[in-house]
Amino acid sequence: MSLSALSTTTPVPVDILRFNTCGSVDDGKSTLIGRLLYDSKSLMEDQIEALERSADITGGGQINLANLTDGLRAEREQGITIDVAYRYFATPRRKFIIADTPGHVQYTRNMVTGASSANLSIVLVDARLGVIEQSRRHTAIAALLRIPHLVVAVNKMDLVGWSEARFQEIRAQFEAFLPRLDIKDVKFIPMSALNGDNVVDASVHTPWYGGPTLLNHLETVHIASDWNLNGFRLPVQWVNRPNNPTDRTLHDFRGFSGQIAGGIVRTGQKIIAFPAGIVTTVKQIWTYDGPVQEAFCPQSVTLVLEHDIDISRGSMLVGLDHLPGSNTELQAEVCWMHARALQPGRKYFLKHTTHTVQVVVTEIVNKLNLDTLEAEPAPAELGVNDIGEIRLRAAKPLVFDGYASNRLTGSFILIEQGTNATVAAGMLRPPREIVKPENGDYVI
Amino acid sequence: MSSYHLDHLQHLETEAIHIMREVAGEFERPALLFSGGKDSICLLRLAEKAFRPSDLPMPLLNVDTGHHFPELNEFRDRRAQELGGKLIVRTVEEAIAKGIAQPAPGEISRNRLQIPTLLAAIEEFRFDCCIGGARRDEEKARAKERFFSFRDSFGQWDPKNQRPEIWNLYNGRLNQGENMRVFPISNWTEMDVWEYIQREQLEVPSIYFSHKRQCVRRGGQWLPVNALVPPKANEEVRELVVRVRTIGDIISTGCVESPATTTADIIAEIAAARVTERGSRADDKSSEAAMEDRKKAGYF
Repeated sequence: MSLSALSTTTPVPVDILRFNTCGSVDDGKSTLIGRLLYDSKSLMEDQIEALERSADITGGGQINLANLTDGLRAEREQGITIDVAYRYFATPRRKFIIADTPGHVQYTRNMVTGASSANLSIVLVDARLGVIEQSRRHTAIAALLRIPHLVVAVNKMDLVGWSEARFQEIRAQFEAFLPRLDIKDVKFIPMSALNGDNVVDASVHTPWYGGPTLLNHLETVHIASDWNLNGFRLPVQWVNRPNNPTDRTLHDFRGFSGQIAGGIVRTGQKIIAFPAGIVTTVKQIWTYDGPVQEAFCPQSVTLVLEHDIDISRGSMLVGLDHLPGSNTELQAEVCWMHARALQPGRKYFLKHTTHTVQVVVTEIVNKLNLDTLEAEPAPAELGVNDIGEIRLRAAKPLVFDGYASNRLTGSFILIEQGTNATVAAGMLRPPREIVKPENGDYVI
Repeated sequence: MSSYHLDHLQHLETEAIHIMREVAGEFERPALLFSGGKDSICLLRLAEKAFRPSDLPMPLLNVDTGHHFPELNEFRDRRAQELGGKLIVRTVEEAIAKGIAQPAPGEISRNRLQIPTLLAAIEEFRFDCCIGGARRDEEKARAKERFFSFRDSFGQWDPKNQRPEIWNLYNGRLNQGENMRVFPISNWTEMDVWEYIQREQLEVPSIYFSHKRQCVRRGGQWLPVNALVPPKANEEVRELVVRVRTIGDIISTGCVESPATTTADIIAEIAAARVTERGSRADDKSSEAAMEDRKKAGYF
């Protein structure tokens, strides 16, 4: 694109697609990302120079695209990816945020980290090996996190002679277990990340494949409906109360700041403030750029309300339709992320939206066997990287939704007391009963 | 496209505002690192968006290397005053005088010396959290860092033992003496920063725009001639039309030849650029793990 073309055209609003890549060691994840960046011309000369420099020193002259993402010294030394690396590139159609998540068994927590906010997951499979435990595990985690779109990248096709039969065989292996997982959109793409086939440019080796290249797919997959616009939710982050304002109109200003976690809010709309359970009206939607008539998920706003209610950080403002649940007894699927195992009876801090509360684990209901994708009932504990269903009792009621209906108000983390380590990612089951605002009791 | 749609800058903005407010909600004594550079200029606007009409609930902190471009410090002081923000400046000179920081022979920047200076400031004011403008696209080690980057009581980053960061749930819990560094614009690229500066019509220091400057060619870069960078006997001083793309230490920040006089020009220039922003920073070229090593020792 020429310089003049850029300065004369009005920029079209582009959106962001977040995706993560997962696979086991040596499936070629980092190579795939390197290839995406390289072939989409997102790499700069000094980055290519740096690659060549390290190729001369350690790579026997061969450029290693994985060196682009493996940023830590230990990673380059061991040739593995240790931690989630984030990469950015853009095409005229979209901006992309890549979370490169490691495939090592012991680093599954990083996959959850990288995938939790993704629109799309790419699971890499080595065409020679087919579906292995790691493939199932990564796919299961993507399904559990309810990532809307999945791509199965069947990589290293050059090493199986670009065999369509092998590709179909691997596809069948996946399709044998996919029905047990709740994934709506799955795409299979045969490729060679090392040579660049079907990554950015279509391969001459796969005349039998009529689908898009990976980049084509990333640019066009429909993500506009990935945000939840049903049921207004605003977890209050911060109470906005100017101290001795010079502007007299701000003397009584009391706003509630937060990021909308679901739905739409309008000026004049009735809302309920939890935990008080009191109905009030939205007087103003304040933003730095001026008041607005309506705002939606995931915008950050400050609401001014009609009545003076006790609301602070951790409170939740909700719309009158699609009411959430409220309970101290919770049931959730968790991914355990810490070497110290989860056992019934242990106490943790639970952070849900902007609210942190003490909880005790009352029961481990089951543990997911990642080989069979069957739930094994009543295990003694959940170890690191285990996924299972647990029951919790909270010191104060949580106002929440099921994770399946809202990723932001249906998720939590567990924090170990003392070390403050983040030990689990949790996804709440739908509430058994929703809150019932009884008009007389709730309206001021 | 529905009307309930955010473009990429609006997405990045709401993510950053959310993070700023989490800091205000979870920490007792946060500070916002403000140098006057383009990234921290965006941070300030995001802080205004997060906290107005209230005052910013945290002071601004700058670690002055003594090797700053004078235009940068002038801008820093003026901008802080316009905002009504409290600006705290701690200098490397002071830290050296007090014996907190020890210069080493042959250092090409004062980056390393900023570390003890920053840690001393954190201790002096008992800051439990510092918001910084680091971006993951700048450098490979930064690409691995979380939004909430936990530092132990020595200020050290342990890249192999980072807290998992899931959804938008940030774990800000600390024990005594520990510290958090928070990077709200982690997901922004250099292009996003300039597009945001343009959209918000933010003022930036004049050295980002094209101007005439005396430079010498050294280490493949055009270095600005000044009291700290006198020309060597064999070097030819040339007056060039240049701008700085990234502002670091004045003794190692290269200038790029550029006719860009507006933000729009800069955006067009970056779109066509074939080297990264930090390609003009000698401090990051010293080894493959230069940034990783500094961060492990307590750097921003």
